[in-house]
Amino acid sequence: MTFISLRIEFSGGLELLFSNEKRHKITIPAQVPVDNNPKVDGPRNGDTKAADMDFLIHWLREHLLKERTELFMENSTVRPGILVLINDTDWELEGEGEYQLKDNDEIVFISTLHGG
Amino acid sequence: MAPKLCALCSTNKAILKRPKTGQQVCKDCFFYVFETEVHHTITRAGLFKPGDKVAIGASGGKDSTVLAHVLKTLNERYNYGLILFLLSIDEGITGYRDDSLETVKRNQQQYDMPLKILSYDELYGWTMDAIVSQVGRKNNCTFCGVFRRQALDRGAAMLNVDHIVTGHNADDIAETVLMNIMRGDIARLGRCTSIVTEGEDTIKRSKPFKYAYEKEIVMYAYFKKLDYFSTECIYSPDAYRGHARTFLKELEAARPSAIIDIIHSGEAFEIREEVKAGQKSQQTCKRCGYMSSNDLCKACTLLEGLERGMAGSGITERERKKLDAEGRAPENLRTIPFYRRSTRTPGPEVPIVVEAQVDPAMITDHYRPYTAE
Ligand SMILES: [Zn+2]
Ligand SMILES: [Zn+2]
Repeated sequence: MTFISLRIEFSGGLELLFSNEKRHKITIPAQVPVDNNPKVDGPRNGDTKAADMDFLIHWLREHLLKERTELFMENSTVRPGILVLINDTDWELEGEGEYQLKDNDEIVFISTLHGG
Repeated sequence: MAPKLCALCSTNKAILKRPKTGQQVCKDCFFYVFETEVHHTITRAGLFKPGDKVAIGASGGKDSTVLAHVLKTLNERYNYGLILFLLSIDEGITGYRDDSLETVKRNQQQYDMPLKILSYDELYGWTMDAIVSQVGRKNNCTFCGVFRRQALDRGAAMLNVDHIVTGHNADDIAETVLMNIMRGDIARLGRCTSIVTEGEDTIKRSKPFKYAYEKEIVMYAYFKKLDYFSTECIYSPDAYRGHARTFLKELEAARPSAIIDIIHSGEAFEIREEVKAGQKSQQTCKRCGYMSSNDLCKACTLLEGLERGMAGSGITERERKKLDAEGRAPENLRTIPFYRRSTRTPGPEVPIVVEAQVDPAMITDHYRPYTAE
């Protein structure tokens, strides 16, 4: 089974939900279940797809998020008010959840919901 | 997917989809349009005059950090002739404000602006930590809000500035419009969208980011690698505002123009004269000289309650009566130093109106009615 490595960064207060660590290096399977189930390490049986942002968000909730899921996710995606950048580009220009992850991608999540 | 090109320069790779317009723009064009829109907000509203001394209310958070950066940039680019200061209020919240003040101190170095820090402790003799230990976590935000407002004015008077600018952005203003509607506060609804507030005896305050989306402020800070501090105040479980913010973010996700649309709705409310007449006229506080609509200003009322161990007296009528029944305030009661407003620096009364060399079609700081795609 092949894997891809990703660099993940949380900021704007979001890091508080992730062990108060801003930067994480993770490895996820290149092929993942279509239902985004992050519990299995790669496909066992059933339909698969190339790992995408939708899967990554579920994976982060399962494996890195330490508290208060509702402040990170809502309706199977990130909560409104969290900005996402894929390799320093607004994910709204990259297909959002459907973006297919590549080895060494850098994904940044920034909360806009914390004090000004 | 091939990289998308910038809609403005058609040369560089787009890095941001603008929430106001849906336009995809590159980093350089984004910086330029963001700054230019703020410049237009400033010149269209005539916020500044050459030589104005302006204090930036600086919390160390994203909005005021970006505001300091952008004002410094525009002041140099268009020769506004402003003298800029950073003004921070230290509420005395261990583990929250002390960290954010470190950020403001770095900003002072980075932006080369004089910094004034004024603490609740030196002004009122009470830190928020001490207030919370007496009043608990229910009404502490009332104390903090009243004390901060007055502290900012007093800090500005100490700096002898003409004007305070704050980092309130379009999302904040839309949220306030929603909250005033939900509370039925019609008088505030009319006022909360105005870009400038200036009374006879108050220091002028304005919001140069009135039309700036929070998403763009955060993206600006990210791409400029600005140093800001982000954490929630440990004492602020303002659940009502939290719900309003969540609701607004959900509206924005469905239709990004929602933010500007709500601000426009707030602006469109006209206040009938009898509602205006219901607001009390301004006088000055008999104890501290700060502007007030009663004999005592809100801060003096709250402070007296704290000092006499009856903190609720500044909050409810019933508690106030209890306090009054105990007689007059003792002679040795701690009070706030007497307030003296700075005198205005004389100078030309003509606002700055330098037009930016830019295609007006790029600028979107005005309201465009929503049309379905
Ligand atoms: Zn461009
Ligand atoms: Zn007073």
